Amino acid sequence: MEPAIEVHGLVKRYGDLEAVAGIDFTVPAGTVFAFLGPNGAGKTTTVEILEGLRRRTEGSVVVLGLDPWSDGTALHQRIGVIPQEFHFFEKITPKEAIEYYRTLFASKANPGELLARVELLDKADARFDTLSGGQKQKLGLALSLANDPEVCFLDEPTTGLDPHARRAIWSVIRSLRKDGRTVFLTTHYLEEAQLLADQVAIIHRGRIIASGTPDEIIRAHGRPARLRVEGPPELAGALKKELGLEARFESGHVEVDLGDKQDALRVLSAIERSGIAWDSFTTQSDTLEDVFVRLVGQMDEGALKSEAPT
Amino acid sequence: MRPSRIGADFRIVFRSYTRNPLALFFSLIFPIILIGLFGLIFSSIGSTPATLVVLNEDHNSNESQKFLSALNQTDIVSVQLATVAPSNFPTWLGQNGYSAGMIIPDGFGLNVSTNRTANLTLYVNPQDASTVGEVEGAVQGVAAYFNLQAKCGNATRCTPVIGFAPTQNVGSQTYKYIDYLIPGLVGFSILTSPMFSLVDITSSYRKEGIFRELSLTPLTRGEWLTARVVWYTLLTFAAAGIMIGTGVYAFGAHVTLSWGIVPFLVVGPFFFVSLGMLCGTVSRTPETAALIGNIVTFPMMFLSGTFFQVSSFPAGLAVVAHVLPLYYVIDGMNQVMLFQNSGRALTDFLIVLVASLVVFALAVRLFQWRDER
Repeated sequence: MEPAIEVHGLVKRYGDLEAVAGIDFTVPAGTVFAFLGPNGAGKTTTVEILEGLRRRTEGSVVVLGLDPWSDGTALHQRIGVIPQEFHFFEKITPKEAIEYYRTLFASKANPGELLARVELLDKADARFDTLSGGQKQKLGLALSLANDPEVCFLDEPTTGLDPHARRAIWSVIRSLRKDGRTVFLTTHYLEEAQLLADQVAIIHRGRIIASGTPDEIIRAHGRPARLRVEGPPELAGALKKELGLEARFESGHVEVDLGDKQDALRVLSAIERSGIAWDSFTTQSDTLEDVFVRLVGQMDEGALKSEAPT
Repeated sequence: MRPSRIGADFRIVFRSYTRNPLALFFSLIFPIILIGLFGLIFSSIGSTPATLVVLNEDHNSNESQKFLSALNQTDIVSVQLATVAPSNFPTWLGQNGYSAGMIIPDGFGLNVSTNRTANLTLYVNPQDASTVGEVEGAVQGVAAYFNLQAKCGNATRCTPVIGFAPTQNVGSQTYKYIDYLIPGLVGFSILTSPMFSLVDITSSYRKEGIFRELSLTPLTRGEWLTARVVWYTLLTFAAAGIMIGTGVYAFGAHVTLSWGIVPFLVVGPFFFVSLGMLCGTVSRTPETAALIGNIVTFPMMFLSGTFFQVSSFPAGLAVVAHVLPLYYVIDGMNQVMLFQNSGRALTDFLIVLVASLVVFALAVRLFQWRDER
């Protein structure tokens, strides 16, 4: 698949501060790429460089075959952008806003269709300053599609939105992918990334600390799947002894690490054979959020140790 | 520049503005209130000697020289001699921004020395009430002194040797304060609407990221600024029409309407839209922008001849007034609407035009859609 975005050795410095410290990634066309990171990790700086809004210090960045900084005008005809907090002219209605963008881009965007797509048709004639936060973000999303873009940059598009508005935006993101557009998504919500993204990169302190599909990242950096049984402490000992698996007792539960799917069946059989009373059981796997928290935490801990006085 | 994009942006400005009652109030209603208020207020400013321009048609006589010397010694007025045809004198005073003039008639010395009355003619600008009051007081005081000094012989009641013809107004016809106020308040409107608005939106749009969003569209900075220049030019025409109409029909103002006013109604908003954008651009926050905007706007509002004639200012302030572009906008409109002096109006226009082009170029150059860091 043709790459829509290629980044190699990207560095951005503000004086002595290195906000982005040499990152590489590629986003294939027609996919959803989630760019994750805690606050101040370098996400927005990277996105703004890709959008042509900020000049890079070093490295190479190509979006749709163009250099975003030097070919910004041509690139902006082919990309759509929704910022973290979308603001617009207060007294202008969504319908008028789309008509405005349609004229600026000389596009054929239909205000009714675009507003319907983001579930904002009922507010077509309401002034921007009367819209809720979610409705404003939806308008931002509609405007980012007014020029029929090949790549959409969505910078934390659902932050602060209620679950209903968030799901409406997820639905639009899925439809963009279905249309064959590339979506570059930054988000705080790991669940969002796991649900929507084909590829994920996690950035922290200006460096990419993990990348791949959500499953690949979880497999590479997550803990093993676990079986959790409600039972007494002796059950943990019995399972260790019979199966040789790591079993722990904690707060009325015994937790056993599973190597694969078959291990779950073996553990349940062993529990039954032990004759020890037990109650319900569940299986648990790490989510992208668990992995994210652990990776970022480990890195921060390491940084703190290295900064500690000796 | 693409006209369709300027048109689209103009529609956004038009809708934003017309849906904002406060903006409309300050652009169109507030100046009318000012016309009413300032038409009623008598202001007194200045403590330095008032300039009295004298056309001495009897310059060879000792009496006229003594009279002028006595006037100078009062320290209330400073006499400045003019050489111009008597019939052109009132117009000449107006065209040169003088608020008070006096003609000493031929034969003044002979009449005074032979105890016959010689009539002086005073010309005043009613807008410059403080200068007028000082000049009238000084001239009448010195005349009274001369009358007391006159030798009456055996007569029990002396005939005044110095009298006064009816006081005339400067300019080619009789003007009232409201006549002078209209060009001043049109200038006030040209200054305030675009300045306050552009300073505010330039800084707040940057803070809210609206410029960032616009930078991702094909709209250029020049197109964005042009749309606003067009809007504020139209707004200025509307405000000028309302103010002139109110002045003429409600207060009986007497001004000349000619095409000569149009260049000032175009170049004025052009300058102040650009200046407002420049002030907003060089400020890091909306608060700083408002501060800088006020520092630039308020001196101009009061020192450019908006409410008071610059000729009545102390010398230092008058110098300051002459470096303010609004002074040339208002003076140009005065020349067109009151004195029909197209030559000086053209000079005023060219000064504002050059200043506008410089400020426009600077504003477009310094204003950045995107972060160049």
